[in-house]
Amino acid sequence: MTVPGVFGGPVRVVNLGLELFAETLEADGVEVIHVDWRPPAGGDLRLAAMLAALDDEADPPEEPISPP
Amino acid sequence: MPVRACVLTSFYRDSVVLMRVADDVRRRPGVREAALFMGTPANLALLEQAGLLEAEGRRARPEDLVVAVDADSGEIAATALAAAQELLLARRHTRDGPRRARPRTLESAVRVLPGANLAAISVPGAFAGREAMRALRRGLHVFLFSDNVPLADEVLLKQEARRRGLLCMGPDCGTAYVGGVGLGFANVVDRGRIGCVAASGTGLQAVACHLAARGEGISQGIGVGGRDLSADVGAEMTCFGLEALAGDPGTAVIVLVSKPPHPDVLARLEAALAAVRKPVVVCALGLPARPRGDSVRWVSTLVDAAEAAAALARGRTWTSRPFADPRGAGQRLDRCRTVGLPGGPGILGLYTGGTLAHEARFVLEPLVGAVSLGAGADSRPPSHRILDLGDDAHTVGRPHPMIDAAGRAERITAAGDATEVGLVLLDVVLGQGAHPDPAGPVAVAVERARQRAAARGRRLAVVASVIGAPRDPQGLAGQVARLEAAGVEVLPSNAEAARFAALLLRPELAATLLGPAA
Repeated sequence: MTVPGVFGGPVRVVNLGLELFAETLEADGVEVIHVDWRPPAGGDLRLAAMLAALDDEADPPEEPISPP
Repeated sequence: MPVRACVLTSFYRDSVVLMRVADDVRRRPGVREAALFMGTPANLALLEQAGLLEAEGRRARPEDLVVAVDADSGEIAATALAAAQELLLARRHTRDGPRRARPRTLESAVRVLPGANLAAISVPGAFAGREAMRALRRGLHVFLFSDNVPLADEVLLKQEARRRGLLCMGPDCGTAYVGGVGLGFANVVDRGRIGCVAASGTGLQAVACHLAARGEGISQGIGVGGRDLSADVGAEMTCFGLEALAGDPGTAVIVLVSKPPHPDVLARLEAALAAVRKPVVVCALGLPARPRGDSVRWVSTLVDAAEAAAALARGRTWTSRPFADPRGAGQRLDRCRTVGLPGGPGILGLYTGGTLAHEARFVLEPLVGAVSLGAGADSRPPSHRILDLGDDAHTVGRPHPMIDAAGRAERITAAGDATEVGLVLLDVVLGQGAHPDPAGPVAVAVERARQRAAARGRRLAVVASVIGAPRDPQGLAGQVARLEAAGVEVLPSNAEAARFAALLLRPELAATLLGPAA
């Protein structure tokens, strides 16, 4: 199999969730961007599930499968 | 006491930020309790139960943040509320400056950071699957720290990842090392030539730290989450990880750490292991010992996994030992005997690491008899019990116990009053992202618990191991010293800690465990 290219680095991280992890990576000199994430549909789980389903339907045509 | 609350409309902050602000507010003079929670029905019920929900708080919706304070006077409570709001806003301004806009979605983040190749996701479990799938579809590897992710979502995510040649590490993946970068709760260790695939965080942390202590390092550490070897997930990422490490030129020896695989998955796993053309050490906790294969060495503890891998990398032979220093362990036992043996029949394990909790159980059972392992409180505990406090059941709406030390400290203190408990067994886990001083709250709680036990005329023994590396931000030596000063017996590995706990309860085991040194 192809070895994931990320094994050789550099690792560039998109961080969603705990800001603590972005702070730690940043302090280590890792390139990281922290997303100002908020629960979709105002945290309403039922509505969020409906949005996720719409997400799937609206997803763009398959991107070429090639690991970075 | 006056309780005051305010609701910040459509205001989201992660659970660690909320915990930090609550800690700061709680330290203000006259403040008895402070709580910051998103206004979900479950959180509002918790606040109600704690007597911290009044009229203002009840109007909160799930997307709102509730700040509640109980203080000596209404004035102090009102000032503390204002301080909490200031702290919440100040944190962001300090980090980013008031004008810099942050991306609100994964898609816009990828535009801001060209060449992004990995998404680290730790949003609440109910929403994590959706974000992880978005990341995979945009060609990003995924480190999925979130727990409480539905199993069906995990299956879909890992199939998608595999199809795209991407890593999906998790859900419930506490730690990973990829391309020289530690993710999640990672210890500060050198990069090296040992690759690791691990069910979850603390197993990988323990192996990385034991390797560091032996002068070896991790090439890649691929966390797969605790359910990867279930029948549903079918070892999808474990097999992928083994194949990836087999092809990685920087990996000389591979370590696989797992909980017992489902019987239907074992054959697939063994086939994947057989296909690897590098030395492999397998530590499948709880799986019966297996004969030594040509290139696969089966071991039963995490420290043995690290020792065996280090020996294989150096072309040396290696034999498992119950204690690395049996003479030292014997002297320690003699010292403990002089002070007094545990004043109760049972062991209570209070663990922050799931893999460490499992390991302790499997080490203890042959020595002391049945040990129950559970996430919660049983009404009639058997004599020996281990709680995995990092389990999903304990982490809904609150930080992991490796970050939030308060819950475990309360349980340690309460053990002083539990006459059936003679010994408390602990893990103390260091590393980036973890509590800045995990030994501190443990030591304070141990001192209180022992005072309570002494007031009842009995002795409470406490045994621990510290999973850490010398360059960890908490300082390994200082953390060990803090625990020892509180009277905790600190052993060099979790397996040794469990064996030493057994020795304290059953000194007649010395002949078996310490050999001639006894």
